[in-house]
Amino acid sequence: MLDIDIKVNRTGFHLSAAFRTNAGITAIFGPSGSGKTTLINCVAGLVQPDQGVIRLGDRTFYDRTKSINSAVPKRRVGYIFQNPRLFPHLSVERNLMYSVTSRRDMFDQVVDLLDLLDLLQRWPRHLSGGEQQRVAIGRALLSDPQILLMDEPLSALDRTRRDGILNYLEKLRDQTDMPILYVSHDLDEVARLANQIVVLDKGQMIAAGDSERLLSDPSLLPHFGLHQGGSVISARIRAHHSEGLTELDSEAGRLFLPRIIGEIDEMHRVQIRASDVILSTQPIDQITALNQLTGQIETIHLGGGPGAAVILRKGDTRLMARVTQKSLQHLRLKVGQTCHAIFKATAIKSAGRAPRQ
Amino acid sequence: MITGLPPEVLQALALSLRVAIWATIVSLPLGLLVAYALARWSFWGKGLLNGLVHLPLVLPPVVTGYALLLMLGPNAFVGRWLADSFGIIFAFRWTGAVLAAGIMAFPLMVRSIRLSIEAVDQGLEQAAATLGASRLRCFMTITLPMILPGILAGTVLTFAKAMGEFGATITFVASIPGETQTIPSAIYAFLQVPGAEQIVYWLVIFSASIALLAVLISEVIARKLAKRLAD
Repeated sequence: MLDIDIKVNRTGFHLSAAFRTNAGITAIFGPSGSGKTTLINCVAGLVQPDQGVIRLGDRTFYDRTKSINSAVPKRRVGYIFQNPRLFPHLSVERNLMYSVTSRRDMFDQVVDLLDLLDLLQRWPRHLSGGEQQRVAIGRALLSDPQILLMDEPLSALDRTRRDGILNYLEKLRDQTDMPILYVSHDLDEVARLANQIVVLDKGQMIAAGDSERLLSDPSLLPHFGLHQGGSVISARIRAHHSEGLTELDSEAGRLFLPRIIGEIDEMHRVQIRASDVILSTQPIDQITALNQLTGQIETIHLGGGPGAAVILRKGDTRLMARVTQKSLQHLRLKVGQTCHAIFKATAIKSAGRAPRQ
Repeated sequence: MITGLPPEVLQALALSLRVAIWATIVSLPLGLLVAYALARWSFWGKGLLNGLVHLPLVLPPVVTGYALLLMLGPNAFVGRWLADSFGIIFAFRWTGAVLAAGIMAFPLMVRSIRLSIEAVDQGLEQAAATLGASRLRCFMTITLPMILPGILAGTVLTFAKAMGEFGATITFVASIPGETQTIPSAIYAFLQVPGAEQIVYWLVIFSASIALLAVLISEVIARKLAKRLAD
């Protein structure tokens, strides 16, 4: 378990964050300059906080009051930087095995997973950006880290490579007990990977907690983006239909979306943008939108502008809809009222396999 | 062929090579340390150290030589102390020529190594640290290989400068044949002697050839290193 409670004070910049995470991916989310990289640099030991504690399991990385500040090499972090930082004078293979704690026994497995076999004898300068980043990921994994730190590792990659590595990260998330801090300002990546989210803005920690809960928190919508923000729901794959649709079972009802890849009965995550959801007080039959979920209004959050965010809840599943305040008044929507959320199949975006619970 | 050369030429050549090689060997580790300190560490008196290192570059060489004489001469305080306690004598000895040449060439050594250290992406060193590399391992496996071209350039410059140093050397250790008369001192001395042109020509040829050879060798090695580091 990672336990962080730190303050960094530099001229012109302050960071304060306190949270705990377990195994799985914790996304550090926020705009540029919000302190995301500084935060993981503190965990790596590349930046020294001015106050607080950082603990990983029973090891204390930093404790101001006890004057503990363990050296970077001793912390055993696997750091994947935004640009790959491969050693230019070493071959790919020697880059991969640079660490003194390198796991020779894992070499074949990592090379296989990241598809590095053809690159081993080559030099970093002859690789594309995506290839370099895969080597950097492999190098960090092979150093047998106790925690993984990733600083927007996919920002330099093209779409296909991104998907490949996202798949791999999903596997890693679900197969290891190692905490992973994943810095990103890409909501899709976060929705797909994160078990937990830490939201930063201008060096302040706005929120920290379970990913699905935070993504459906209307007060955080401005941070995730009014247009991009929306709920992430876990649902079980029920069937793949011949019309090119996949049917999912969620707590709040059936979901139809364009065909996704996944086994029947597998838990899957989907993302539904709040601004794509229409609310109705009655079920509607004659409509082309395939999805209608039913729940009770849990919260109504009025924004500063003409809009409002409405949270519909059924069991543990929450769905956020962004509607106008005018419609709220017109339909006289109130907390506790049963409501139907309507949205098109194409408004649902697959967000990968759900993390193991 | 060599046996046909005037003995004065061989003497000066051998001495110059000995002085230049020793000056280079001694200033290399010291230059590396000073260059690293100036490039990476912040400490009290950094500006002063930087100024001192570069002083021989801007002072007239004869002034540097005279300053050495004042400090390390047979009657100077430091010189006497070194001689009495350790038996080390610099003035009018070949070791003094090494010292003078080393000091004159030191700024060149430090400058080229420092520039190459400053050019190293510290992100790579951070990456090595996160991979568990201690400071020493990081320096030996990442920093050192990357600054090798700079070290090489500094070494060649130092060697060439030491081969050619004249002003400070002749002021500090004079021009004693076989003891302190290096090639430049010998050229100067034989230019005053009528009929010694033959000796002067040989000395000039050797001086120029060694300088050229040093530059060529360093160029070849530098190219190989550069090829390894980047395209």
